[in-house]
Parts: sequence; C-alpha cells; structure tokens
Amino acid sequence: MNGPFDFTLALGDDALVAAQRLGEWATRAPEMEEDIALANIALDQLGAARLLLSYAGELEGAGRDEDALAYLRDDREFRNCLLVELPNGDFAVTMVKLLLLSAYQVPLYTALAGCPDERLAAIGAKARKESAYHLDHSALWVKRLGDGTDESHRRAQAALDQLWPYHHELFAADPAAPVDPATLRAGFDAVVQPVLAEATLTRPETGWTPGGGRDGVHTEHLSFLLAEMQVLHRAHPGARW
Amino acid sequence: MYGNDFAPEQDAPGGGLLGQVEAAEAALREAAARAREGSPTPGADPAAYFADVIDADQKIEPRDWMPDAYRRTLVRQIAQHAHSEIIGMQPEGNWISRAPSLKRKAILLAKVQDEAGHGLYLYAAAETLGVSRDELVELLLDGRQKYSSIFNYPTLTWADVGAIGWLVDGAAIVNQVPLCRCSYGPYARAMIRVCKEESFHQRQGYEILHTLAHGTPAQQAMAQDALDRWWYPSLAMFGPPDGDSTHSAQSMAWKIKRFSNDELRQRFVDMCVQQAEVLGLRIPDPDLRWNDERQAYDFTQPDYDELMRVISGEGPCNRQRMEHRRRAHADGAWVREAATAYAAKRAGRTRAADQREKVAA
Repeated sequence: MNGPFDFTLALGDDALVAAQRLGEWATRAPEMEEDIALANIALDQLGAARLLLSYAGELEGAGRDEDALAYLRDDREFRNCLLVELPNGDFAVTMVKLLLLSAYQVPLYTALAGCPDERLAAIGAKARKESAYHLDHSALWVKRLGDGTDESHRRAQAALDQLWPYHHELFAADPAAPVDPATLRAGFDAVVQPVLAEATLTRPETGWTPGGGRDGVHTEHLSFLLAEMQVLHRAHPGARW
Repeated sequence: MYGNDFAPEQDAPGGGLLGQVEAAEAALREAAARAREGSPTPGADPAAYFADVIDADQKIEPRDWMPDAYRRTLVRQIAQHAHSEIIGMQPEGNWISRAPSLKRKAILLAKVQDEAGHGLYLYAAAETLGVSRDELVELLLDGRQKYSSIFNYPTLTWADVGAIGWLVDGAAIVNQVPLCRCSYGPYARAMIRVCKEESFHQRQGYEILHTLAHGTPAQQAMAQDALDRWWYPSLAMFGPPDGDSTHSAQSMAWKIKRFSNDELRQRFVDMCVQQAEVLGLRIPDPDLRWNDERQAYDFTQPDYDELMRVISGEGPCNRQRMEHRRRAHADGAWVREAATAYAAKRAGRTRAADQREKVAA
C-alpha cells in the first residue's frame, strides 16, 4: 500500500465487507435482541464504509463515488483484509471475528482521530465510539460462549483456532500510511488477552499467517460475496436508485 | 439513525394519518393527567368499573380487572401483531445483501432493525397481560398463532421493497392508527410508537418507487410489476369483508377495534389512488373509479378465497417463512443455553465472593 488513497480505500473495504457479512444475519440471530444488535453493528460498519469510500473517491480524483467504488470494482481491486470476508459460520465464528476486528478498529480509529488529515481524523473520531460498542458486545459474547456450556466452549475455541491466523494481516507494517498498522498491535493484545483469559479460551500458537487482501489477492469467498452484493447495480448501468 | 437523510414532509404519503397519531398521543396524555376516580372501591363490582372505564374512553391498565375474553382477545391480537413484525423482517431482509446503493442498503438495514424493535415492544405489551414471550413464540413456531397474510408473498425484485414500504406499511398504518386510541393502555402506547416509525418507512418505500418510476424503462417496468403483484394482497391485509369478520362486533364494543375492515380498506384505497398518480403508476384495477355519491372510490375487492388459502398455510411462502423462523430458533438454542449457563456461573461466583467477605468480616 502507499498513499492516503490506498489506505483509506482499504479501511473502507474492511468496513464494507464486514457490514455485508453482518447484514446476512438479519432474521437469523439466536434471539431477537441479537437481531437488533447485529443489524446495528452492520449499520455502523456500513456508515464508516460510506464515509471512507466517499473520501477515497475524492482523494483519487477520478470521479468515483461510494457506489462506484463499492459496486463496480472486482475482487482483485478490493483491498479489505481476509478476516472480514470469511463466511459467518456459526454464532461463535461471527463473534470471535467481530472481537478480532473491533479490537483492531478501536486503536486504529483512535489513532486516526489524531492524525493530521482532517477528514480522516473526523471519521476516526466518529467511528471510534461505534467500534468501542462493537468491542464490548463481541467481548461479552466471547466470554459467554467460552465460559458457558461445554458445547459453546468447544465452538468458541474452534472459532478462535480457525480465525486467529487471519489477524496477523491486520498489523502488517506500512510506515508510509497515515497510521502504521504495526503500531496498533500492543493495543490489540492489551484488549484481547484478558477477554480470552476470562472466556477460558486458549490463544493459538502463531503458525500459518495468511495475507494478501491489501494487494487484492483474496480468498475464494470474496467474489461470491461481491457477485451477490453487486448483481442488481451492475444489471442496470447508470441507473439511479 | 441512518436512513434519516431525506427531505422532510413535502409530498409525504399518509401525512394526515400522522396527525391522527399525534392527536391520539395528546389524548392519552390528557387521560393520564385527568386522574381517574381511582381503582374501584373495595366491594364494588369490578365489571361495572371496567364498563365505566371503557365508556369514559379511559385506558384499562395491566393491574385492572378485565373480562377473560377481553384479555384473551388482546393476547391473541397483540401476539399476532408481534409475530407479523418478526416474520415481516424476512421478505425485506431478502434484499439487504443486494440493495442497489449503499444508501438504500443502510435504510433497509435500519428498517429491518426497527421491525425487530416493534416485535419486542409488542411482545412486551402482550406480557403485561400475563403471558410470556417464550410461550407466544412457541405458539408461532407450532403454527397455533398466525401472522399477517401479506408476508407469505415473495419479494422478487428490488421494486418489491418499495412496494412493501408504500403499500404494506401504508395498510399497516391505516389499520394501526385507530389502535393508538384502543382501550388497552399498553397496546395504545406501543401503537403510537410503531405508527410513527412505520410512517417513516412508508415514505421511504414511496421514495424507492418514485425513483424507479422516474428511472430507466426497465426500472419503470419493475415498479409497475411490483404494484401489480402487491396491490390485492395489500387490500386483503384488512381482513375479510365485514359480513364474515368473526371478532369484529365484540372488539368494537370493547373499543379495541374502532372501524370495520371494510371502512379501513376504503380509507386505504382512497389514500393510494392519488399517490399512485404522483408516482405515475397504474393501480391494476380496471373498475377503480371515483364515486361522486359516496365521495369515495369504487374498487374491485380482493379475492377472499385466496386470502383464506394464504391464512390457512397455502400461500407462496408460508412454509419457507416458518421453516426459516424455526431454523433460526433451533440454530440459536446452544447460544441461548450458553448465555444462561454463563449468567448462572457469574451469579454463583458473586454469591461465593459475598460469603467469603462475610466470613472475613
């Protein structure tokens, strides 16, 4: 990555793809309160995505707005991390994924709020508060699942084992970016470790560290997600909605 | 909340209805301020007291005496209303992942979230009558309680999301505005809140159709097709014609219902005709025309045999909607059990810590 455009686009894509996955839960959550909470978090992520993509479009200066960037790029042009595009799986997979994502987004947006770029600073200041709620919500559920029943513990540990390798990509160094992701690692660890301990979950050893999302080299899941997300928009070129 | 980014009022459909909601809310506040004679004097006839409250257009509250049949009718009606909100999330939820712009996606997500919230208010209102939400959800999942027939129709195109907002939410509001004045306090208060949000959704749906109807030829055709498919199912939402409606007379006497099915249906048709003209869409009824004598539109009645088939489980999506709801409930069982087990462990630990403190002290 280089430059504020790539950086802004990558953060916008993280939020957009996360929102798309969370939106898939609507009407499927384990209880009605959770349907509301997941829709709420999806809306926050989508709101952040819209601000970031709109600004990325302005930085690029090629006339692309939020919808052109969301609906008219292919998967090789998306810059989101792999973590957010992985399928929802069961509720434990979704909550562990949200814990990892929000434990990264809270220090990220906090740092962004203090960066010299005024637009990014304003977006960071707004999104930071929302991410703090996402972190509280996912941390509470990871504790409930980890320290709940044998079945929920087993599922939560399996989710953590499955997703842990993907979090390394979030902290790949990028000294030229407005916020170097490598500097966020300590903040992430300080939040995640106590949650895992309270949840009686074992942190996996570092082994395989998949990556490539920031270069547009994704898992096989993303192009299906985009096919669904973009189908109607692409079927009516130039239409207003 | 997202989705609030609309120009205010202007050609807001159903604007007059919102005025009625405001009036009902003001009346509710006045009734609360106008201290009731208090509860019935000891030894007085509770049935006479109940009748007085109804006559005086005051509100029955959860701890008041009420006839068993009044309680049962309300439980059934409020629960079915709640179930409708929950099942009603599905046809629209079907388009969240494919919404054609990020703004529309945000608005739709917020709407589906509001519906879950309406379901919660309504279950809470039903619980004031002494039945638990879990019991009511069981009744829904077992197929022993119904939800609105309209949600058994499929959303086949994006325009259907607009048609649901305009027509289905529109019909719901026409139905629910009088319930803002119904005799049972918790239900009336829930309806005031629901109607305000529904009228907002209706305007959003209308805006979706307006944009499509003024868009490309393919979009216009999509909008007309949606109206063609949703018009009669929406008219059928008001229930069977007055002659066949089983619960009407008693509900009217108790001031739970305030207008008959046919009166509300007429009000809805009269409201829609002008709006369809502004949209530039054609209501699919060749016999629709103004009747000067009645000062209302004549229109073709919906097919009530079809309504009965849909209510009895043979609509296009009945099985799918129930299967979806049952699966979500079953798939979430281990999560709810985990939450219960975790809460019990926490409570146990707190008790143990309290005891240690006592021993130490």
